[in-house]
Amino acid sequence: MQKIGVFVCWCGSNIAATVDVKAVAEALKDEAGVVFSTDYQYMCSENGQAMIRQAIKDYGLTGIVVCSCSPRMHEATFRKTAVSAGLNPYMVEIANIREQCSWIHKDMAEGTEKAIVLARAAVAKLHRNAPLTAGTSPVTKRALVIGGGIAGIQTALDVADAGFEVDIVEKSPTIGGRMAQLDKTFPTLDCSACILTPKMVEAAQHEKINIISYAELESLSGFVGNFTATIRKKARYIDEDKCSGCGVCTEKCPSRKGLDDFNMRLNKRGAVYIPFAQAIPNVAVIDADQCIHFRTGKCGLCQKNCSAGAIDFEQKDQLIERQYGAIVVATGFKPIDASQFNEYAYNDSPDVVTSLEFERIMNAAGPTKGQLVRPSDLEHPHEIVFIQCVGSRCSEDAEKGKPYCSKICCMYTAKHAMLVREKYPDVNVHVFYIDARTPGKNFDEFYRRAVEQYGVDYIKGMVGKVSVEGKKLHVQGSDLLNGEQVHINADMVVLATAIEPDPTARSLGTMLTASMDTNDFFTEAHPKLRPVESPTAGVFLSGVAQGPKDIPETVAQAGAAAAKVIGLLAKNELTCNACVAHANEAVCNGCSQCERVCPYGAITYEDREIRTPEFRGVRRIATVNEAVCQGCGACTVTCPSGAMDLKGFTNRQIMSEVDAICR
Amino acid sequence: MQEMIVNRLRELLASGDYAGVIGWSKGETPFDRTPGLFTEKDLDRLCYDSFCGSNLSKYLIANAKDKKVIALLKPCDCYSFNQMCTEHRIQRENVYVIGVGCKGKIDGEKIRNGGIKGITGVSEEGDLLKIETLYGEKEISRKDVLLDKCLSCKGKEHKCADEVIGESEDTSVGNKYELVEKLDAMTPEERFEFWRGELSKCIRCNACRNACPACSCIKCVFDNPKSGVENKAAADDFEENLFHIIRAYHVAGRCTDCGECSRACPQGIPLHLLNRKIIKDINELYGDYQAGEEIGQRHPLTDFTFEDDEPSVVERRGGGK
Repeated sequence: MQKIGVFVCWCGSNIAATVDVKAVAEALKDEAGVVFSTDYQYMCSENGQAMIRQAIKDYGLTGIVVCSCSPRMHEATFRKTAVSAGLNPYMVEIANIREQCSWIHKDMAEGTEKAIVLARAAVAKLHRNAPLTAGTSPVTKRALVIGGGIAGIQTALDVADAGFEVDIVEKSPTIGGRMAQLDKTFPTLDCSACILTPKMVEAAQHEKINIISYAELESLSGFVGNFTATIRKKARYIDEDKCSGCGVCTEKCPSRKGLDDFNMRLNKRGAVYIPFAQAIPNVAVIDADQCIHFRTGKCGLCQKNCSAGAIDFEQKDQLIERQYGAIVVATGFKPIDASQFNEYAYNDSPDVVTSLEFERIMNAAGPTKGQLVRPSDLEHPHEIVFIQCVGSRCSEDAEKGKPYCSKICCMYTAKHAMLVREKYPDVNVHVFYIDARTPGKNFDEFYRRAVEQYGVDYIKGMVGKVSVEGKKLHVQGSDLLNGEQVHINADMVVLATAIEPDPTARSLGTMLTASMDTNDFFTEAHPKLRPVESPTAGVFLSGVAQGPKDIPETVAQAGAAAAKVIGLLAKNELTCNACVAHANEAVCNGCSQCERVCPYGAITYEDREIRTPEFRGVRRIATVNEAVCQGCGACTVTCPSGAMDLKGFTNRQIMSEVDAICR
Repeated sequence: MQEMIVNRLRELLASGDYAGVIGWSKGETPFDRTPGLFTEKDLDRLCYDSFCGSNLSKYLIANAKDKKVIALLKPCDCYSFNQMCTEHRIQRENVYVIGVGCKGKIDGEKIRNGGIKGITGVSEEGDLLKIETLYGEKEISRKDVLLDKCLSCKGKEHKCADEVIGESEDTSVGNKYELVEKLDAMTPEERFEFWRGELSKCIRCNACRNACPACSCIKCVFDNPKSGVENKAAADDFEENLFHIIRAYHVAGRCTDCGECSRACPQGIPLHLLNRKIIKDINELYGDYQAGEEIGQRHPLTDFTFEDDEPSVVERRGGGK
């Protein structure tokens, strides 16, 4: 029989305001096995912990139940307290009477009743607890960064500078990401490429960084400190080691039908191409869908003209398997599809463009060599209308669009407006906005400069409709400050489209078992206190993959994620989870179902000699590698005969809890 | 066909490679066929006709453990056999499967329920059944008295046979989910009443479990005093009803829809509807899946693809109401 102590925490008024803590402590005194029960204002305080230690000694307690906040908060604290008083840490049970009780009840009587029930369940479970010992597992001192945009590059650089190896897996042929597509950056108006490309070069030259471009994560197994990733390096039909990036092939390629993704598909490119001048790696890639050789078996002009002999039509996808200790998700974003917003005539006129398209039009390396012209007739525009919040801040029940604020659009629209007015003072610029959000260092000053110095016409109100009228775009909107309808005959309309997570994020989240919100942004382990960690141990978050943010914020978060990665990789070994699964050989069927649901590959089978009253002989039995098992419990619920059980959360413990609750 | 089978078996057994053959013999009543392991010397007792409806694959767990045997399997039995091989309950190499032809098996109960009494013998002529009774000979069509499971026949192909003797026929008629859809359309209260009514007939004889090829655990949780649930099923009649629900969940994804549970139930509870509901859900959620189609399959509930539905599908489908 256990000797159990019950410690009921007030958590100041967090618990005590809705739960009669004295009544809970009193009621628990009558439970079988409970020899001591008390309450205290803050159990987690030094005094509270001293009280627990003292009681363990005075009453010879074999286990303790702490009725307090979620075990995610203080389970570790109380386990350490128990250890310091000579108890096994797994002889501690937490009854969560805060998050699961006081915070969700208003009525004192109800809250108290529920707290008593939860405490009884914990006592019932504790009766079946057994001391457990945790093992350790080694840490692979290498990080995997998924995504080679500014977030991924910065995290990789910081981790590599600390002396650890980093692999960057980038799905497109070059690193650089969205930032490489931008013309200028707010609020300083410095050239995006000028500040990004040195970082790209630094990453490429760093002896600890290995860039795996044109590649995607194919599968992942393992756990924190010991991930095994399979990376699919797509065939680019160019030998990366031989290609010098001279670009002769791209000039010779007779196919000119492919759309240039880097320039937001505003112009055409050859079937063999280098995404942009400063691409890293500076290696061409062949678009097999467009390539005449792949479509007809003829041509091969690039191959004939390549002096390095780098063209390899036979190249196949390559699978690379590597071990990692930590994984950083830096998958970034894409603008939402503007074609669903045809009220702005995006599908009807090429002169209605998204902001990122506009960014390329303004860029000297863009499709118009930086000349501001209308895509339809290449004429110089005189009236430009910017529309903000296209697809952002939509109501939850809207048919399209996102409920969140994309955060960067107010600032980049001010930037666009300012740049246009700076270079082309003859162009009138109108901005329709809901409200201008400028909470950042030097942001509001920047926005005010656009209005006050550059004379950008900011109109508070939304646009109802854009219609094509001859060569003009008729913009109908409302001016809320003046209470009137506005009609503008514009030459170009620029849509500040919302941003959304990259489409690969969802499947990646599933692969990493990293949780995501309803908008497919990765969620943090704690929204305030652990903002760069995923709830999945060993998975870290960097950049817009976690939520909309601008470049300085992204770089800051990338550094923070790197710090967390370094903290993990600096350890030589990690303490394993003691709550691992094990199979009862007397009832294991060897049916292989548990092996199939195990996300960590911890289960194997062996032919073992079994001697039970009912069976003697050799039988196929499941065995669990305790260093690999993470205690998720998937196997225990899959096992039809109940042979698989989880230490610390055995079927009997859980049934005891249920019985105590239903009593 | 019986003669062809017996001749072939005589040949195979004469080789000495096999310890025996799993088949049927005639039982006490005209409809009764008793499963058994036959050796060369009692082969003449072996019988194969339209009353051999039972699924023999499960007997292989015990009988093909450390010796080689021959099994007579109908097309539908092959699915169970494959499923058990997948689960390592049967060693495939220990079994020589003779696929036996099947044109649908007869349900003796249906003949009796049709009002024919005092039956002394039955013979077949094409699609007709000639039934000798104390009151003279009667004729009925085979099609009217097929086993329920034959009405949702999975096809005439043997999915695991080393050789096939005799012709088979697909006897499926109509939509096999008709009754499940009817249950789906009920209100939760109506459905609860329906199942309470059906399951209250249960006498816990465990025939369903013992006949079920998916219920092949060495030790069933309901028989295991250490499982913590074995007494629960006996606590009251409601808990006892849950026995069947839990059993349906234990075989979810592995049930081949062989229909043995309902066929074996002496109380006539349509237990297969529980399993078929789960099969229908699996098919709708993860695409059509047939357990036991081949050895080594991963069933959708223990498998994962990126196309799998997110858990929110439950809400979308109106769950949780």
